[in-house]
Amino acid sequence: MFWISSTAHAKKLMPTAATDIAYQVDNLYSFLLISSFIACAILIGGMIFFAHKYKRKSVHAKSAYITHNVFLEFLWSFIPLVIFLAVFAWGWLIFHDMRSMPKDALEIHVRGKQWAWEAEYKSGVKAANLIKVPINKDVKLILTSTDVLHSFYVPSFRIKQDAVPGRYTALWFNANKFGEFHIFCTEYCGTQHSGMIGKLHVVTQQEYDQWLEEESKFNTLPLAQKGEKLFQLKACSGCHSVKNSAVLAGPSLYKKFGTEEELKDGMKIAVDESYIRESILTPNAKIVKGFNAGVMPTFQGQLSEDELAALIEYLKTTK
Amino acid sequence: MASTTHNPDVNYLNEFKGIGSWFTSLDHKRIGLLYMVSIFFFFLLGGIFALLIRLELFSPGAQFLTPDQYNQVMTYHGAIMVFMVIVPGIPAILGNFFLPLQIGAKDVAFPRLNLASWYVFMTGALIAMSTLFLGKVDTGWTFYTPYSIKTGTAATIMVLAAFVMGMSSILTGLNFIVTTHKLRAPGMTMHRIPLFCWALYSTAILQVLATPVLAITLLLIAVERATGVGIFDPALGGDPVLFQHFFWFYSHPAVYIMILPAMGVVSEVIAAFSRKTIFGYTAIAYSSLGIAAVSFFVWGHHMFVSGQSEIAGVVFSFLTMLVGVPTAIKMFNWLATLYKGNISFESPMLFALGFLFLFAIGGVTGIMLAVLATDVHFHDTYFVVAHFHYVMVGGTLMAVMGGIYYWIPKMFGRMYNESLARLTFIFIFIGFNVTFFPQFVLGAMGMPRRYFDYIPAYESLNKISTMGSWLIGIGFFLSLYVIISAIRSGAKASANPWGAKTLEWQTSSPPPHFNFETEPVVTAGPYEYK
Repeated sequence: MFWISSTAHAKKLMPTAATDIAYQVDNLYSFLLISSFIACAILIGGMIFFAHKYKRKSVHAKSAYITHNVFLEFLWSFIPLVIFLAVFAWGWLIFHDMRSMPKDALEIHVRGKQWAWEAEYKSGVKAANLIKVPINKDVKLILTSTDVLHSFYVPSFRIKQDAVPGRYTALWFNANKFGEFHIFCTEYCGTQHSGMIGKLHVVTQQEYDQWLEEESKFNTLPLAQKGEKLFQLKACSGCHSVKNSAVLAGPSLYKKFGTEEELKDGMKIAVDESYIRESILTPNAKIVKGFNAGVMPTFQGQLSEDELAALIEYLKTTK
Repeated sequence: MASTTHNPDVNYLNEFKGIGSWFTSLDHKRIGLLYMVSIFFFFLLGGIFALLIRLELFSPGAQFLTPDQYNQVMTYHGAIMVFMVIVPGIPAILGNFFLPLQIGAKDVAFPRLNLASWYVFMTGALIAMSTLFLGKVDTGWTFYTPYSIKTGTAATIMVLAAFVMGMSSILTGLNFIVTTHKLRAPGMTMHRIPLFCWALYSTAILQVLATPVLAITLLLIAVERATGVGIFDPALGGDPVLFQHFFWFYSHPAVYIMILPAMGVVSEVIAAFSRKTIFGYTAIAYSSLGIAAVSFFVWGHHMFVSGQSEIAGVVFSFLTMLVGVPTAIKMFNWLATLYKGNISFESPMLFALGFLFLFAIGGVTGIMLAVLATDVHFHDTYFVVAHFHYVMVGGTLMAVMGGIYYWIPKMFGRMYNESLARLTFIFIFIGFNVTFFPQFVLGAMGMPRRYFDYIPAYESLNKISTMGSWLIGIGFFLSLYVIISAIRSGAKASANPWGAKTLEWQTSSPPPHFNFETEPVVTAGPYEYK
């Protein structure tokens, strides 16, 4: 009884299983937990029992002289081997499902970069740290990275795959529960590794279609609103706060436009369009006092002129 | 030269005097003590970094470190503990001291090389420490590319330091292999050497064969950082996953470099305190060699989600299961040794039993990580952190402590304070479980490792874990006090306080310069408690 209740408890501690594969993984995990409890009970229990029973009463007492026992040794080699091979095979079966990409899946490109997840849908819609998918639909994520290694991990789906620069990896899932699930980065990637958290949002097909429709209007938005989206999308928000003057990896940009910035070398400079443009494209040209060079990646060649303009217009509104 | 007439007051500690006699000594026992002082110091340093990690993780959000500082702290904790404490730990301290004594030799085969290995180790360690003042390192101890190529910190110096320390590890391994083959006393056949020597021998093979691969890999990182050749950086046409293959080709066997000697210590202590011949001597001895051999072919189990093919994952998972079997065999053998023994519970035995307890948990969770489907969920979460601390700290460090208490009477001719030593065990054992057991749960809940900050759901377990780390800290500081006061003012120890049968206990405590007054002649196995 104790084993069953403790595994049930352990399962409760796991994040909600929101795919069929997650459910299968949990079953295997429960089996492993129960057999581990039994193995530990034999080993640790046996140890405590022997330690108690054969406690020394006299230094001169004789101990038994037993050098080996072929039958016992065969048993405790063979039984673990059989159990190990069984759980190996079970694990392989589920792993094979994880790695067999379904046909006709909804494909989404996902790029890891320091320090955000960028999703790009086939319609051209982009989202940062957010992947919206319809429920009960096979979804395939095609992963890569633009800088260092990252690893895409959704605990509720029990899936994980490294995003490797210079090549594509992939994973798939079919969510059967509505809700918002965490996306973590599980491959160490530098300063904001633990802040590289995204949301996987499972919605109805209708909501999904609506959302795609709305997002595709991106190019017709007013500049400042477009800039606000870009600020998220390009992961600027990971390092620069805009709602208050909290200091993250980079200086806060809250109420920054139109003020004066003190630089590392003591010089002061007006925060105007040209300064912001320079700071985005060649961030190491001028370093704000209290910060270091080399932290912010350069965006030279990665932003178009109108995207730059949108970002600048947005920063004028962060008040 | 030791005099041939017996003078019980002259031993290896007092025969030569002055600080210079230590730094130029070719005596394996003195070199063992040089290593002991240096490794204790590095352990203190690595431990302070560990406490800083736990303090920062006491609550979500920034406590007193910036994210970059945290990343440096976790890198130094890992790099120091792995390269400067656990890998050299048991072989360099206890192995250096007791391998020759246990096989009835005067010294190791190459005493000069032995001293050189300490100097090489210290050089590497100093280079590693210099990075603290030259820009610091934030790559994690694994130096994964391309981050380690791109990061603007002192990574080049650090990888060179690990390269140099690897050299020292190779020299020690080479020395032990030759010593075991060539210097055994008359009658000391390979099947009569103590199991600790078998463990050291298997470890030495791993050190000699695996370390060069790491050394070359680290050198390639340094070369790539300096000249921009594209080996690992995809921006230059390299392959970052190739680095992981190279790295784990060493670093998985290295896990056994860390644990095999610990298993050897545990075999010695359990036999001595049960006053009983070890059960399955041959099985334990050959399972060490078996583990050493198979451990070369399991590196890919660190890479199930790295982008390697499914079939590679399957093969590596299968082979990992095979390495689990000899490990299980050892556990059962130790258990069977207790059966019908005459068991007493001085601190060395408490640490050995603590080892069995923690290693059992470390072992079964290792199987959960070797199973493909569950590893996908657990990989790079706190589950892995908990697992390898159960094996490396719960296993190896428990054995280090047990081994040091076991052999202090022989090393210094003095006894330690038994009740205080038991108290250290209680602090370390309880503190360890309080610190690391919650991390299994955190991992199952999905908390990734190397995290400076975490979501609020993980807070309570992180708090418990941090509090446990204080207990471990107290335990180790207390141990340091127990050891130092034993050396300074402990009661005199007899030649064989535990009534053990292995050869090191048949000479005086502390031993004379050349270990034995007359060359021992061996006529029986190491555990003949008849």
